[in-house]
Amino acid sequence: MGWKRKDLLGMQDLETAEITDVLDTALSMKEIAAREIKKVPTLRGKTIVNLFYESSTRTRTSFEIAGKWLSADVINFSASGSSAEKGESLLDTARNIEAMSPDVVVVRHKASGAPALLARHLRCSVVNAGDGAHEHPTQALLDLLTIREKKGHLEGLNVTIVGDVTHSRVARSDIFGMRKMGITVTVAGPPTLIPPQCHELGVKVSHRLEEAIAHADVIMMLRLQHERMQGGFIPSIREYSRVWGLTLAKLAPCRADVLIMHPGPVNRGVELAPEVADSSYSVILDQVANGVAVRMAVLYLLAGSKGA
Amino acid sequence: MSSREKAQVLDETGLDRALTRIAHEIVEQAGGGEDIVLVGIKTRGVTLAERIAAKITAIESTKPAVGALDITLYRDDLGLKAEQPVVRSTEITFPIKGRTVVLVDDVLFTGRTIRAAMDALMDLGRPRTIRLAVLVDRGHRELPIRPDYVGKNLPTSRRETVAVLLREHDGVDRVVIQEE
Repeated sequence: MGWKRKDLLGMQDLETAEITDVLDTALSMKEIAAREIKKVPTLRGKTIVNLFYESSTRTRTSFEIAGKWLSADVINFSASGSSAEKGESLLDTARNIEAMSPDVVVVRHKASGAPALLARHLRCSVVNAGDGAHEHPTQALLDLLTIREKKGHLEGLNVTIVGDVTHSRVARSDIFGMRKMGITVTVAGPPTLIPPQCHELGVKVSHRLEEAIAHADVIMMLRLQHERMQGGFIPSIREYSRVWGLTLAKLAPCRADVLIMHPGPVNRGVELAPEVADSSYSVILDQVANGVAVRMAVLYLLAGSKGA
Repeated sequence: MSSREKAQVLDETGLDRALTRIAHEIVEQAGGGEDIVLVGIKTRGVTLAERIAAKITAIESTKPAVGALDITLYRDDLGLKAEQPVVRSTEITFPIKGRTVVLVDDVLFTGRTIRAAMDALMDLGRPRTIRLAVLVDRGHRELPIRPDYVGKNLPTSRRETVAVLLREHDGVDRVVIQEE
């Protein structure tokens, strides 16, 4: 117990007890979202900079709301229309931002390891909000919170992750986090989109959707990036959707209490049939709501660490 | 850090009597029990609030609503401690707007917890009145805060600590003074 880290860079580094700490704190934070006046004074006078080099609506907004509900000042910095376009390096931009004395920098970057680089050079706390194909820890934490809330526990559950695991930082963070919490993880997708050494992460690999989801407590559908077709990873979106898309018919033999999750944004009709996305199995909007609570918890815990 | 027990201040009967008296005073001052809600400050304040509510029910035959307040997010010493205190949930499921809210805590010391609790309550609505009930008032206030209902006034030195032990948490009902 007791948060000691300056930064949150990935699920791979976290101890089981730290994950539980974040989830418990997030659960308490949820009460604030239900209030008429959604604000507590906890991070008054703290400054949070959202440094986003990749476009993002959900994650950036989620961090922004989390910071604001805790009374921090939140500044959004997106790469387009900024000094990054004028050729300033990541480190120079970060040093300039640091000169303005923020307490937490939340960074998203297309290069894996960019947040770790910043964390080494900045005195303030750094939160990884997604780096390349590496990690997206707050997404994994909100997934764990959602599963724990719906199932009552984590240990012993079966989770199946379906889709483009190779390019997915969400899948990596989920796998690290879920394995630590005692969840059995199966990944399923076309062989071109499943890393060949995947079993070394302690997951089962399946190349048949029906078999992979048959006993799952949770099915996590990943977003199919349209550029994967140009990259030659799949023959066509239609054929991917037919084989790997989740429909009510494919769900019929599954567990009656199965949860359908998706990190968003959903490609309706590609990986998820619209009637599945809107079904009672779907907890996609719970994930979004829990995202704010998890980020509040992370900001609270980091702001109290000596780094901030 | 081991602490030595110096004296027992209240035993089981004494503690129960103090709560009975507080319950009567709350009812008397409110002119009945209808408008009152009790909000305990986590963790032992909640247990005490529930016990007082049971006693008010016995007197007035209406049970006042009981809520639980966690004041961690309202502390004035965040970032000054070595690690962040654990945030627990606030569970106040009824509106407090226009009600008489009796805050309940086990020990009143510097008054900073009560300051935080009042700020937390105000964020949940605008009560008509906030009153304060404590089992033990040990003095050494750092803020201008005064309790309305006190189980026991207990002059202490700053080196001492007051431990309120309750059946639900500690298996026994008693209040003791300890010294490091």
